Amino acid sequence: MTTEALIPGATIANPHLVIDTPASHHEDHGPSGILKWMTSTDHKVIGLSYTVTSVIMMVIGGSFAELIRAQLWSPNNNLVSLAQFNELFTMHGSVMIYLFVGPFAFGALANIIVPIQIGAPDMAFPRLNALSYWLYLTGSITMLSGFFVAGGAANFGWVGYAPLSNSVNTPGAGADLWIAGLLLTGFSAIFTGVNLTATIFYLRAPGMTLFRMPIFTWNLLITAILILLAFPVLTAGLIMLYCDRHFGTHVFSVAGGGVPVLWQNIFWFWGHPEVYILALPMFGMVTEVIAVFSKKPVFGYKGMIFATITIGALSLGVWAHHMFTTGTVLLPFFSIMSLLIAVPTGIKMFNWIGTMWRGQVWFTTAMLMSLGFLFTFLVGGITGIYLASPPLDFFTHDTYFVVAHFHSVVMALVMGAMAGLYYWGPKITGYLLNDKIGRAQFWFLFIGTQVFTFPMYILGLWGMPRRIGVYPNHPSWKDLNDVATLGAILIGISTLLFMFNIVYSWKKYPAGDNPWDAHTLEWFTTSPPPHHNFYRLPQIRSERPTWDYNHPEHHAAAHGHAGEKLLENDPVA
Amino acid sequence: MRNEARLLLCLGTFFGLMMVVYWFWSHENAGSVMMFAGMLLCFLPGSYYFFWSRRMKPRAEDDPHATQASGAGVVGTFPGTSIWPFTLGMGAFFVALALVFGIWLLVPGLGLVFWAVIGGTAEGRRGGRH
Repeated sequence: MTTEALIPGATIANPHLVIDTPASHHEDHGPSGILKWMTSTDHKVIGLSYTVTSVIMMVIGGSFAELIRAQLWSPNNNLVSLAQFNELFTMHGSVMIYLFVGPFAFGALANIIVPIQIGAPDMAFPRLNALSYWLYLTGSITMLSGFFVAGGAANFGWVGYAPLSNSVNTPGAGADLWIAGLLLTGFSAIFTGVNLTATIFYLRAPGMTLFRMPIFTWNLLITAILILLAFPVLTAGLIMLYCDRHFGTHVFSVAGGGVPVLWQNIFWFWGHPEVYILALPMFGMVTEVIAVFSKKPVFGYKGMIFATITIGALSLGVWAHHMFTTGTVLLPFFSIMSLLIAVPTGIKMFNWIGTMWRGQVWFTTAMLMSLGFLFTFLVGGITGIYLASPPLDFFTHDTYFVVAHFHSVVMALVMGAMAGLYYWGPKITGYLLNDKIGRAQFWFLFIGTQVFTFPMYILGLWGMPRRIGVYPNHPSWKDLNDVATLGAILIGISTLLFMFNIVYSWKKYPAGDNPWDAHTLEWFTTSPPPHHNFYRLPQIRSERPTWDYNHPEHHAAAHGHAGEKLLENDPVA
Repeated sequence: MRNEARLLLCLGTFFGLMMVVYWFWSHENAGSVMMFAGMLLCFLPGSYYFFWSRRMKPRAEDDPHATQASGAGVVGTFPGTSIWPFTLGMGAFFVALALVFGIWLLVPGLGLVFWAVIGGTAEGRRGGRH
């Protein structure tokens, strides 16, 4: 028998409209142990698999980063060979972007939280969801197995620029494993995008209109649409690259009449929307966390949504700001479009601060991580505005300034991800993480990030190019590189603290259903939620139904429906 | 339904406008084609939702005054557990490895893929196990 998900709260007038009781549908009769992990189509199990896998990928990619920083401790270090250094920075970027931040953003917490936030029993296509995870896992294994083949892993940078990534300049299985792994994870992302869009469009609970969805779900909707727009382009580009390498086509080689810059166009047409695919889910997590821990509704709810839509819309027209120095792109168009993205992002910044304004701010680990996100993302965003200006980009292109810019951005996203884990972890596992260790983790992560990135900004302005394993023996370069390495060590300690916290807090602090007095539907159900998520649902009259239910003394302040009765026989106060 | 349609149609229209500006300004092919395709990708489902939003009553999830009882009933049919996504994923894994280590890996790869397609379809018809 398949299980038919029922909307709770029905009357038994019709045999098909049964009150959904724990006994009838919510017990999980399925297999247990490893077979459960392999066969489950429950979005919570799949989401947890995604979370664990992507955090492991973060640790792997982070260890590559520590090796890179250790090599750069002194100008002519011999810790790794230059060939190994190329593999390390390539796989560090690849693992972090393709295997950690991306899948974490749209596969891990999104998979678990989005269906519950909209009152759905599961994702729209549960078996496709499971397939997404298996493609992600096998793709990750494929890409990382490059280290175990002759010739080593891919070593042409995580962007795989065309003349360098052809079969003459990069022979060997490592590059092909990189392409094959990316094909698998690319399809995984596309399927997740389809699944999220269908879930959000078709499985919302009654009363959960589009403009009552939590900001996190809204951001995931736009992310899913961006995935569908961007990832097929990358997949197509990878197939062309593979054909160039093995079947003698000349799409990207000048010799056969091809155009190498076409690869950059294709790659960045995926690559820049990808930045927002990574960022928007974390924006959503931070929005939820800031609203809940300020004990206020999201300030400028609709403005927040339109800012997200605007970012999504503009993101398709900015790709060539990565290619200013190729001399083949329309500079003013891409400069204007890139600068325009600062406007909706600025609206978001304003709204986050507006949400905290006059709120009762509760400084939990999740809230601290969100504040760290705000600061670090502001640094990364503002230096991004510098880089959107072609004259400045000509000066700083391929220097450590660019490296520092996007590390500010992605380290901000890591803080957002940690905020999400500390905030939703209790919902997923039923247990809180230790807050003291969490705060220590935050300070190591936050200070480490700034100590790590600020020297790199200066090094970039002094002209240190990226992707070099040895550098000119100049004392001031060495000093700044050493400071950056110290920052990287602090970040490494914060990761160790996170793992220690998981072990230390293992089943120690039971969370209860709603430990944060939170707003959205996922806090209405039990922790962890039952099979098909809900025993009952509250009436949805605003964008924070759980809070309305728990605080009947306040009106449900829905947009355009203020003052409506929550329950049929509730007096309007 | 109507807001879903509006969202996708607005995005598609924006991509179309951006494509026109970009094409007449730069005469660059690759980016223009990709933006055009992005526009189509938004118009396709967007126009479908628009078509149906004019022909059906608002669903319970589109009605701001809906009660939980108004949406009662079967939402959909969800498989409880299934081994076929795993089988299909492993098949895809071997197919991807065939790109690197040789064409012979297509034999187990496509074998697993076909097995999973048949098994998954049969499970869907039978109604898989919970």
